[in-house]
Amino acid sequence: MKVGVEYFITVSAIVFGIGLFGVFTRRSPLILLLSVELMLNACNLALISFSRQWGTHTGQIFALVVMGIAASEVVIGLGLVVAVARRKGNLDVDRLAALRN
Amino acid sequence: MMYQVTFVAAAGLAIISAFGVVLPSNPFHSALSLILNLVSLATLYLLLQADFLAAAQVIVYAGAVMIMFLFVIAYLGGRADEPRRDVPLWQLGASILAGGAIVVEVVIAVASQAFGPAASVSDQFGNPLVVGQDFFGRYLLAFEATSILLLIAAVGGVVLGSKRPSRRIDEPDEFPAPEVQQDLELQAAVMGAETGFPVSRRATAAEHGGGD
Repeated sequence: MKVGVEYFITVSAIVFGIGLFGVFTRRSPLILLLSVELMLNACNLALISFSRQWGTHTGQIFALVVMGIAASEVVIGLGLVVAVARRKGNLDVDRLAALRN
Repeated sequence: MMYQVTFVAAAGLAIISAFGVVLPSNPFHSALSLILNLVSLATLYLLLQADFLAAAQVIVYAGAVMIMFLFVIAYLGGRADEPRRDVPLWQLGASILAGGAIVVEVVIAVASQAFGPAASVSDQFGNPLVVGQDFFGRYLLAFEATSILLLIAAVGGVVLGSKRPSRRIDEPDEFPAPEVQQDLELQAAVMGAETGFPVSRRATAAEHGGGD
């Protein structure tokens, strides 16, 4: 068996699909953030696979930028979760609809 | 041969731990599974000769980001748990459909494309020196944009986590949070950060924040 780029892309797609499932079904904002991390990492794996396939570093640079974006997203997301938890007792993404009206 | 074995092990572990992230109702278990997932993906990066990315993955994610996650989960205590488990059936089905559709589409797209053998690269490919030269040379703009983004995120994190959240004018206070409670919470957070032992304020939270 020769492990080509196809296998890495397939693993990336499976992990992305699992993360998508988590984002759609979970109610806790913390697990939502964790699922988004999962999806971002699956994208990173795809970028790095193609980077290796074509023999250029562009995909790796892109993956580094995605890592920076993920870190920023976690900081803001966790800050929001803590702020919401301070103001309201429970954390349920379905009930955080104050901005809808 | 070693390559294939490592790939199968890392890929299987990545997929299993990905399920471990989305399925448990305790966010602590999810976070621990995500650490396993990140390390498995770092192994896959190593197989793809992305040495620097693998190191950055372990340091930035498993080191920094996940510690922050675990700290917040410990700080929130029981409030971080899943509120309820009765996801409607149609929603569950639609989620599985959406996730499965992505996988099937990508597999079809990949299978219909004849990828040749990977480009032959030198041993230097992906090591910190060459990646850094590219990052500070041809992709300098991306580097600067990322640094500005991180700076903005740091400022935003400080604003969001500041002691006194700005009050909304149109909404009356659901529960008048006395200043004392916030001080206690802050103290608990600081103590937890200093000792590494999460000090829970769940009793206080149940008293004041339960009536949502």
